Amino acid sequence: MTRTDPLDVPRPHAQLHFGVFFQGVNHWTVWSAPDSGSQIDPASFRKVAQTAERGLFDAFFLGEGLRLREVDGRIHDLDVAGRPDALTQLSALAAVTRRIGLVSTSNSTFNEPADLARRLSGLDLLSEGRAGWNVVTTDNAWTGANFRRGGYLDHADRYRRAEEFLTVARALWDGWEDGATADSAGARHWSVPGALHRVRHRGPQFDVDLAPTLPRSAQGHPVIFQAGDSGEGRDFAARNADVIFSAHGNDFDDALAFAEDIRTRLRAVGRPDDDLRILPGTEIIIGATEEEAQEKKRWIRFQQVTPATALGIAGLLWGIDLSDRDADGPLPEEDPVVAENDGSFGARRIADPRTVVAEWRAKAETHGWSLRETVIALGPQRGHVGTPSGLADKFAHFVRHGAVDGFNVTPFLVPDGLDDIVDLLVPELQERGIYRTEYTGTTLRENLGLRGPLTHRTARDRRQAG
Amino acid sequence: MTGPALHLAVEIDGDGAHPAAWRRAAHSPDQLLTPRRVARVAAVAENAGFTLITLDDGVLPPGASPDPVGRIGAVERAAFVAASTSTIGIAPIVPVTYAEPFHVSSQLASLDHVSAGRAGWVVAEEERPEAARAWGRPLVADAEAQARESRDGVEVARALWDSWEDDAVIRSVATSRYLDRERLHYIDFTGETYAVKGPAIVPRPPQGQLVVLARPGRVPAAQLDVALVEGRDLASVAAATAAAGTPRVFAEVEVALDTPDATGAERVADLERHAPWTDQGRLRHIGPADRLIALLHELSRHVDGVRLHPLVLDEDLSVLSRLVLPALSERRLVARPLPGTSLRSTLGLERPANRFAAAAAAVAAQEDAR
Ligand SMILES: Cc1cc2nc3c(=O)[nH]c(=O)nc-3n(C[C@H](O)[C@H](O)[C@H](O)COP(=O)(O)O)c2cc1C
Repeated sequence: MTRTDPLDVPRPHAQLHFGVFFQGVNHWTVWSAPDSGSQIDPASFRKVAQTAERGLFDAFFLGEGLRLREVDGRIHDLDVAGRPDALTQLSALAAVTRRIGLVSTSNSTFNEPADLARRLSGLDLLSEGRAGWNVVTTDNAWTGANFRRGGYLDHADRYRRAEEFLTVARALWDGWEDGATADSAGARHWSVPGALHRVRHRGPQFDVDLAPTLPRSAQGHPVIFQAGDSGEGRDFAARNADVIFSAHGNDFDDALAFAEDIRTRLRAVGRPDDDLRILPGTEIIIGATEEEAQEKKRWIRFQQVTPATALGIAGLLWGIDLSDRDADGPLPEEDPVVAENDGSFGARRIADPRTVVAEWRAKAETHGWSLRETVIALGPQRGHVGTPSGLADKFAHFVRHGAVDGFNVTPFLVPDGLDDIVDLLVPELQERGIYRTEYTGTTLRENLGLRGPLTHRTARDRRQAG
Repeated sequence: MTGPALHLAVEIDGDGAHPAAWRRAAHSPDQLLTPRRVARVAAVAENAGFTLITLDDGVLPPGASPDPVGRIGAVERAAFVAASTSTIGIAPIVPVTYAEPFHVSSQLASLDHVSAGRAGWVVAEEERPEAARAWGRPLVADAEAQARESRDGVEVARALWDSWEDDAVIRSVATSRYLDRERLHYIDFTGETYAVKGPAIVPRPPQGQLVVLARPGRVPAAQLDVALVEGRDLASVAAATAAAGTPRVFAEVEVALDTPDATGAERVADLERHAPWTDQGRLRHIGPADRLIALLHELSRHVDGVRLHPLVLDEDLSVLSRLVLPALSERRLVARPLPGTSLRSTLGLERPANRFAAAAAAVAAQEDAR
C-alpha cells in the first residue's frame, strides 16, 4: 500500500501512534542476553526515551507495582524486578527529552488525590505539557501491607474510589484559572485576586479542603490513561479517559471488537466516539525476511519462557508446585487443583483450569510439544512478527479500520530494543502516510490529536454536582 | 569535623527566603514554575561550587492568596535538576507527617538512582493543621506526634533502602533466576500508627543510604547524618552543635548581601514593606560579602557546613558565586564537589553496610566459630 491507495476504508486518514512501555516487573524483557542492559541505571531510561523520541513516539510509559510479586509466600525470583518510582524517573526524563509524552502509572487506591495531583502537575509543568497519568486500581489486600491504611478496599469499590479521586484531582487542576499568575515582576500581587479557587470536597472516599498549589500546563492538565479490562474498567475509561492502554492488540478481530465496545460505551456517556485513543500493549519482532522474523521470535520466546518460568506458569494453572519437574518433558499427569487465587504472582484468576488443561493436553499431543513449548504456544499470545513492510501493511489495516489508534510497544530488550522499530519500521509507516514525519504539537495532548481536557466540556455538570 | 573544608548548602525554593522575595526577582511570577527557571538556579548553584542544594516543600502553598506562590513538588524538581546537573548534591524536603513512607522511600531511592548517588533528604514536618485536611488524614496535632511520624517514616525509609542487598540482582542464566531472594528482605516494621511489610520495589540506592538531614530532636540522632542547627549567635550554634550527636552538623544562616544596586539592609527594608521576614532563631547576616566570609570562617571552627537561606535568590546567589565562594575556595575553606563523587563521599561519610547483609554475615561468622 502507498499514499495513492484507494481510500475506501473507514478511516482513510487515521494516524498510528506509538508509545514505549519500559516494563518493570515482567518476564518478557529478555535479561539473559549479552546486550541486555541495566533495568535501573538512568542511562537505560534515557536511551529508550531518546530513541523513542527520535522515532517520533507519542509517549514514554512506566508501569507500577507496589509490592514485589510472590508465589506461595516467597518472592518470585525469575522475573525482571526492581524499578524506580515512575513520577520521579519521569521528572528526570523531562530534562533530557523535548517532545515525547511522559506517562506515569499511578495507583488511585494507595495514593491521596491532593498529593498525587500535585506531583502530576509538577511533571506536567516541568515537561511543559507532556505528562500523562495511567490510572490503575489494585484489587488485592496484599499490596496494602506496605501502606498506612493496610489492605482495605473491596474489589467493588476500586473504581468508585478512582472516579472520586479523579474528580478531586481535576478540581485541583482546574482551581487555578489560566492567566492567574502575574506576568510582570512589578505586579501588585503574585496572582490575580480571586482567580484561585479553593477545593472543598466531601464525598464517601475523600474529605479534602485545599487551595490549588499549581497553575495548569500548556495542555490543560495531564492526559488520562486507563488500563483495566473489566466492564467496570471500560465504563470508567469511557467516562474519564483520553487513552486506553488495552490488552487487545494482537488479533485484528479481537482488537476491533474491543474498539467497537469502547465506542459504544463512549456514545452512551455522550462523548464523540473518536474522543479516546486505544493503544494496546504489544511486542514487535522484526526480521529482514519472514523466516528470519519467525526464527527471531522463536529465540526470543525461549529466552522469555525459561524452563523455570514455564514451570512457574504451568504451576499456577495446575495449582500445584511443579518447580521440580522437567519443563522439556511432557505435561504433568495430575489433574489441576482448583484453588482460591490469593493474588500470588500478581496473577489473574484462571476461571476454569480443568478445561484449559484439557485443551493444553490435546494440543501438546497433536504437535508433540514439551511442557515448555506448550506454555509458549498456548500462553498469552504477544505482538506482531514480520518484515518492516509486512508489519507496516498490517498496522495500516489495523488503524484504518479502527481497530486501534496505535500501540504501546514493549521492547524485549533494554535499552536497544526500539532501534529496529525506529530505524526500519517507522520509515515504512511514514511511506504509507499513517505515521507523522515530525511532531505535530508540543504537548502530549496535541500529539495524540485529542480535544481539550474533559472537564472543560463538563464544567456545567461539575458545578451542578458540587 | 573533617579536613579543612566547610560544606556550603543553599536552599533554593521559590524566589528566596523572604516571603515577598518574588518582588525583587529577575523574572515575573509566571516564569517561576518553568523548567528553564528550575534548571537555571540549580546550574548557578552547581557552577558556584556549592556542595548541596535543598528544596523546600509541603502540601500547602507557601503563601496565602493573592500571594500564594505556587510550588512544584520538591522530589519532582530534584529529579529534574538531577538530570541537568552533574556534581552538586540535591536534597528535597519531604515531610512524612501524612505521606506514605513506602512512597517516600521509593521516590528518594529513585532520586538517588537518577542522580547517580547525589541525593539527600531533609526531613521536616507538615505543621499546619490545614495539611491534614489536604491529605484527608486525621490531624497529627502536637510536636511530639509529629516527631513520632518523622521518626517512624525515617526508620521505614531507611529499612526499605536496605531491603535489597547491593547484589540482589544476580541475573543467573544457569538457574534462570534474575534475583537472589535470599538477598531481599521483608522489613516487617510495626509502629504506633501503621505497619509496613516491604521489601522495596526499588533496588538499593547507589549510596546505600541517602544522606538524611533534619533539625535535631525531630528525628533521633542515630537516624541522622546531618543535623541542621539553629541559633542567633555563634555561642548558641556552638552549643547546639555540641549537643547534636550526629556525624555532621550544618548551621542555618540567613543572608541578605550587599549588591551593586542596593545594600542588604535596603533590600530587606524594601521587602519588609510587604511582609515580615519571620525570625526563626537562625543566624542572620545582612551586609557585605566580606563580613559573610569572615562569619563563615568563624563558623568553620564549629560546624561541618552551613546551609544558606538567601533573601532573594536572583540577587544573593550572584554575589555568593562571584565573591563569597571564590574567596572561600581560594583560602581552601570550601572545596567543590568532584565529578563522579557521591554526596556521602563529598561529606566524608561512609557508605553504610547493609543491615540485613551484615546480620547474615554475623550469623555466618558465628557458625564458623563454632
Ligand atoms: C494493559 C494493562 C496494563 C496494566 N498495567 C498495570 C500496572 O502497571 N500497574 C498496576 O497496578 N496495574 C496495571 N494494570 C491492572 C489494572 O489497573 C487493573 O487493576 C486490573 O486490570 C484489574 O482491573 P479490571 O478488573 O478492570 O480489569 C494493567 C492492566 C492492563 C489491562
